Amino acid sequence: MQPHNFSGLSVSGIEFWRGDRRVLADVSLEVEATECLHVLGANGTGKTTLLRVITGLLSPEHGRVAWGGRNTRSDQDGWRASFSYLGHSDGLKPELSTRENLAFETGLRRRLRNGEIDAALEQVGLAVAGDLSAGILSAGQRRRLAMARVMLAAAPLWILDEPYTNLDPSGSTMVAGVIGRHLDAGGAAIVAAHQALAIPGHTPRRLELS
Amino acid sequence: MERTGIARAACLAYRRDLLLAFRHWGQVAQPLVFFVIVATLFPLALGPQLAELREIAGGTLWVAALLASLLGVELLFRADHADGTLEQLLLSGQPLAILVLAKGFAHWTICGLPLVLLAPLVGAGLGTPPAANCTLMLSLALGTGILSALGAIGSALTLGLRRGSLLLGLLVLPLAMPSLIFGARAIDLAIHGDSARGPLLLLSAMLVLSVTLAPTAVAAALRISAE
Amino acid sequence: MNWTWFHKLASPPHAYRIAAQLLPWFAWPAGALIVAGLYGGLVLAPADYQQGDAFRIVYVHAPGAWLSMLVYATMAVAAAVGLIWRIKLAHAVAAASAPVGASFTVLALATGAIWGKPMWGTWWVWDARLTSELILLFLYAGVMALRASIDDRDRADRAAAVLAIVGVVNLPIIHYSVYWWNTLHQPATLTKIGKPSMAGDMLWPLLLMLLGFTLFYGAILLIRLRAEILKRERDATWLTTELAR
Repeated sequence: MQPHNFSGLSVSGIEFWRGDRRVLADVSLEVEATECLHVLGANGTGKTTLLRVITGLLSPEHGRVAWGGRNTRSDQDGWRASFSYLGHSDGLKPELSTRENLAFETGLRRRLRNGEIDAALEQVGLAVAGDLSAGILSAGQRRRLAMARVMLAAAPLWILDEPYTNLDPSGSTMVAGVIGRHLDAGGAAIVAAHQALAIPGHTPRRLELS
Repeated sequence: MERTGIARAACLAYRRDLLLAFRHWGQVAQPLVFFVIVATLFPLALGPQLAELREIAGGTLWVAALLASLLGVELLFRADHADGTLEQLLLSGQPLAILVLAKGFAHWTICGLPLVLLAPLVGAGLGTPPAANCTLMLSLALGTGILSALGAIGSALTLGLRRGSLLLGLLVLPLAMPSLIFGARAIDLAIHGDSARGPLLLLSAMLVLSVTLAPTAVAAALRISAE
Repeated sequence: MNWTWFHKLASPPHAYRIAAQLLPWFAWPAGALIVAGLYGGLVLAPADYQQGDAFRIVYVHAPGAWLSMLVYATMAVAAAVGLIWRIKLAHAVAAASAPVGASFTVLALATGAIWGKPMWGTWWVWDARLTSELILLFLYAGVMALRASIDDRDRADRAAAVLAIVGVVNLPIIHYSVYWWNTLHQPATLTKIGKPSMAGDMLWPLLLMLLGFTLFYGAILLIRLRAEILKRERDATWLTTELAR
């Protein structure tokens, strides 16, 4: 895995309203290279909202997201190329095969080299499912495939919303290991999860929303 | 790691949509069948005299194409929105308007082009002389292009809404009325043996305008709908 | 340039108060102008040599048509301001204007039909002006329907704003297409429903009505804007203190 070029994420003073309800009030955080930030909180405290604000899918009323010191609003496309997002939906086409899904999603971002897809499938435990259409995979397998997509994007920052959903214990261990290797290579991750992350060799910092 | 260029990303998006349509061609054929059915309604309603049908052939073909396009435009974003791939497109780091353009062109290739190729057959059923076929196909080719663009705007605005399909018609049809006026007129002129250059040029101008401006509107609407 | 006055205006509490203060300046002149215009048009102006007294309906029809387009343009500008500068009050202005504009359009269509009966013997003709008013009504219906179908108010505002802007770009195209279509299919004697040739005596009441209707729109907009602000700021603290006054 190539080392990552991490520019430093700085989020300050995020305030987000949904209709009459204030979901996020003055939230700030910072993430450096090789760091993992664990976002915690009960249901409805705004974990998903916060992650989506950072990705730029949502616009906050106040606050600033800065990458490498520059406001991400000034170069939205450049910012989006610097991270890879795993949301609640897997982001996969059921009619395409596992390999085709990965080839298209990654191809939009960067050139793939031979064997990279197979290596990624190997890492997430889907080596035998390469030619199966994504629609017939189980929920846990689709989550693994989504994780492979995140890996293949080769972005310095990973923003993961509940990556352990639908995964069995071996799957959870796999994901934790994958995140660990990403951090070792100089990347960073923001992970929203109910459970403990258990990343080998790294202790995540915690941000608790209420 | 080299970032994919815009052109290559657009080609990828185009090819993916084509591949998806190819695997689901039953679904893709529905608008075509709808086109033929709607066109068939008119002889049934108005009587079988070809001479009479010929007078309204231009309008009939265009109305049928309009309604069929409305049906077909559902394919553009709805599935992507449901399975989360639209979100990934928004986050791909590529300019969204260009990706939208690629998807729109793919949609036209899947829905518009077959309709254009089928139109002379349907037109023959409505009494259009073979000499008018060239203009007929050109008029509908330009028209379905405009409808793909306008339909994309409507589809992007109504993503995820219940009964969005009904609302889509309400939004898109008024915007499509100018192209209907000129497109039907072009076919009528050709049926009577006159040159349809004027309406066809105007239709081309409308197509250029739609293709230039719609992607920006669609991209804005997609970002609004994806929240 | 000092823009603070603009940002102050864009804050709901200030807009709420200023709207109340401005209202009399719009409502009273509007009433006076409309009364004067109606008197001038219905009583003072001589009957048209071609159409007789039937032409008098132009004094309601023409301002209605003019307003229907002015309101759409206003709605589109407000929508653009709301989208680009993210000012929520602009969206409130657009939301408040849409039904008013639709009503003016219906007024123009109804008076057009009433005019058509003595002139053409039918309640409806596919006249260029009437047809493009009808399409304008569809555009209004689309914007209002879209706003009503989306539950999240911010998303509804912005989606309706995009649609309004797309509509306003299309308006000139629709106008000229319908005009061309109409000249094509009708004989040379164009219908005069839109523009009867007017002598001076007939013209000044029309101008008064036009101005009166415009001010009337302003007054209605201020009233509806206050209502919109009430709806949107329901739970805000400034509102409870304001209403307690």
